[in-house]
Amino acid sequence: MADILRERERQVYRKGQAQTFQLDCEKQSVAGSVSQRACVFCGSRVVLYPIADALHIVHGPIGCASYTWDIRGALSSGPELHRLSFSTDMQELDVVHGGEKKLHAALCELIDAHQPKAAFVYATCIVGVIGDDVEAVCKRVSLEKGIPVLAVHSEGFKGTKKDGYKAACDALLQLIGTAPVEDISPMSINILGDFNLAGETWMIRKYYERMGVQVVSCITGDGRIDDIRRAHGAKLNVVQCSGSMTHLAKQMKEKYGIPFIRVSYFGVEDMSKSLYDVARHFKNKEMLKLTQDMVREELERIMPVIDDYRKVLQGKRAAIYVGGAFKAFSLVAALRLLGMTTVMVGSQTGNKDDYEQLRELCDEGTIIADDSNPLELSSFLEEKDVDVFIGGVKERPIAYKLGIGFCDHNHERKEALAGFEGMVNFAKEVYSSVMSPVWQLTPRKRGNKLEVVR
Amino acid sequence: MSTPARTTKRAPRPNWVSTRNPCKACAPLGATLVMRGIAGALPFLHGSQGCATYMRRYIISHFREPMDIATSGFSEATTIFGGGANLRQGLDNVTSQYHPTLIGIATTCLTETIGEDVHGLLHEYLEKSAGAERPVLVHVSTPAYSGTHIDGFHDAVRAVVEQLAEAGARPSADSGDWVNLFPGMVSAEDLRFVKEVAADFGMAATVFPDYSETLDGESMLKYNKIPEGGTTIEGLRATSSAKASIEFGRTLRTKATAASFLKERFGVPATRIGLPIGVRETDALFAAMEELTGNPTPAKYQKERGRLVDAYVDGHKYLFGKRAIVFGDEDMVIGLASFLAETGVVPVLCASGGKSGALASSIAEVTGQVSHIREAVTARDGVDFMTMAEEVEWKELKPDFVIGSSKGAKLARELGVPLIRVGFPIHDRIGGQRILHLGYRGAQQLFDLIVNTLLEVKQDSSSIGYSYL
Repeated sequence: MADILRERERQVYRKGQAQTFQLDCEKQSVAGSVSQRACVFCGSRVVLYPIADALHIVHGPIGCASYTWDIRGALSSGPELHRLSFSTDMQELDVVHGGEKKLHAALCELIDAHQPKAAFVYATCIVGVIGDDVEAVCKRVSLEKGIPVLAVHSEGFKGTKKDGYKAACDALLQLIGTAPVEDISPMSINILGDFNLAGETWMIRKYYERMGVQVVSCITGDGRIDDIRRAHGAKLNVVQCSGSMTHLAKQMKEKYGIPFIRVSYFGVEDMSKSLYDVARHFKNKEMLKLTQDMVREELERIMPVIDDYRKVLQGKRAAIYVGGAFKAFSLVAALRLLGMTTVMVGSQTGNKDDYEQLRELCDEGTIIADDSNPLELSSFLEEKDVDVFIGGVKERPIAYKLGIGFCDHNHERKEALAGFEGMVNFAKEVYSSVMSPVWQLTPRKRGNKLEVVR
Repeated sequence: MSTPARTTKRAPRPNWVSTRNPCKACAPLGATLVMRGIAGALPFLHGSQGCATYMRRYIISHFREPMDIATSGFSEATTIFGGGANLRQGLDNVTSQYHPTLIGIATTCLTETIGEDVHGLLHEYLEKSAGAERPVLVHVSTPAYSGTHIDGFHDAVRAVVEQLAEAGARPSADSGDWVNLFPGMVSAEDLRFVKEVAADFGMAATVFPDYSETLDGESMLKYNKIPEGGTTIEGLRATSSAKASIEFGRTLRTKATAASFLKERFGVPATRIGLPIGVRETDALFAAMEELTGNPTPAKYQKERGRLVDAYVDGHKYLFGKRAIVFGDEDMVIGLASFLAETGVVPVLCASGGKSGALASSIAEVTGQVSHIREAVTARDGVDFMTMAEEVEWKELKPDFVIGSSKGAKLARELGVPLIRVGFPIHDRIGGQRILHLGYRGAQQLFDLIVNTLLEVKQDSSSIGYSYL
């Protein structure tokens, strides 16, 4: 059984263990718990990162820029400014005398050199402490250079990753509504919260276009400033990764009257639902017909392949630990399609509703954990004798050390896992993780006995 | 990257204010690696949650091993009222969960800026919990706005030794002579090599830090809360009475180091050599070991040296006059430049994000006496990757290859030349922790890799596709 910190006992739940379901969440991580979470800056950087024709500059000491240089697999069809790492690299004297002058000079030289459509300035921890007026510098540079220059207040200590999402959404809201929208179709959407990892947004966009929907902007995937500026012209916001983008969708509803729906592009059911929901929203028969045809065509293509994988994967056990809980729902369903059981599921930033929904989805005995850590996760993997663990880079060595298969479902991955095609890729990846012969040589399967072929 | 047309006047080199594609990380990262190299220890960052997570991710992506770093996890209130309570709670929780023998605390830019008195807070913590079973606490100041991860690394080595070394302490009751070895930020394989050399000379050694096992461990049945291995606390206490200290790194002459502290405080003689890469810098290591032990270099190493020189001869035509850009941590750059120069390569640009002040002079020392180098070798400290790219263009350096960490992949790709991956971090290949850079054997592996990479380029780009090269 897991050794769980007293302060965290209410953040771990076993389905079937208690009558009333109560899981504490949305709390500051306990000091010394070795949380897998990042910080406010991370939240902001994640959301804005895929905007490829903007300049992203980190105002602060060098670390935050170094650790986020080209960190994610968000692809661009054109400019690739987002894959560069810019920083004011504050030194001791800047801390003493303030960093405003340096920030101004850095912004000006970088805007001159790279001619971006806009600039985002991420204020990190000490900027907030020494009291640089980042807003004023941004305003001044914006006037001097004639492009939007936006301050993103992402001091790491000012909350959790979710507060960083909010800071990023606030910056986006300053851009939205600043370009003409006359030529936009009544059947048009913005894609929010898909990050174009391995080109996934392109795939999703194509599905919607095949249905006759105009995609005005893909804010967080292969993003472009000019598209974002006209995002208020779309008639519907389609929101994935609701943890990060719900704030923006709500604000756009309030300000521009644009309704939004929540979707997930992961797994066959959720992917299909994402398309049908849009078609139903526009109440267009022809569109619905196109959607039905497309979904049928895609399913006919992929289901035989999925069935083959299911034969082998039937009954295998999976554990999931991801950033946002919404992704976990889709993963549980997708694994079920492959005949697998989810025996442990957790997230860094889920809320009460998310966990309630997870509890409903999961089988008896499943462990549900909020803001977990390596010691808990490793003990869950051992206890539940897991075949494959699904998470991100920081979870990978926990699985590997124990001789357990692992699938990267985070933003560093290079395989497209969304959409119908992505489901095949996912099945293939789970299969190759579970079926590798290397596990047979690990202590977990064989102890440390010598293995001699006779 | 485009080459400027010869007829146009070259653009004047702008004096960039910003850092563009950094060739460095921040100081606390180096400190966490040092703390991971102590037996039974857990690294702890006093600051925001994100610092620990980002550094874990950066380190995990290189070593592909668990790297738990605890944090006091600052909130807005903590920042205003001070981090004492979070630090205490964090230490309590780490103690009850991990049962460490030592917690190694490093500060961050945030805690340094708000002026946290970590020494005082720890003192108070220990006083309040007097009588309770407590891990040893060590701490180092690593303001991220000053220096690089390498400074954080060396400062942590010194801080730990300063706080643990005790006059008269011995590693064990029956110990004979022993030596302190401070190898700097090298690979896990390099650490194993250093320990092997000491053992082959019949000399007990305290190698610090030693993450050869903690960051390159075995497949496990049970998850180890703290991986096995690391420099023991007893060994660290006894650094005060070692026969001598040997530290690797020519740039360390600009720093107050663990070895210099032990010399001043306890009179332990200190020897500094360059990072032992290539024949000449490795010769310095074996000369130092011979002098210290009075024993000749074991035959095994003499044979390795002989094979290496033989290989240099076999491969000299493939390398003569080839032009390399060398980048990374300063002492790694110096060691590589020395090695490359002695094989016939011209290290046309030696660059680092670090700024010890000793890069240029050290590069001059190791390349100055090599006969084939007829043009000035450019050493640039405190630079980033975009500045390097501009330097290559403006000076028309025309490199044949680039050598350094995986962060140079973009530079190499733009230049259309291969990148030989060495040092830290290596995020786009497997096995960075197992690269042997040091000793004759390390040079042998690097030499074969470089020659074969250049042969591959030649073979692949040839229309004939020679079968013998």
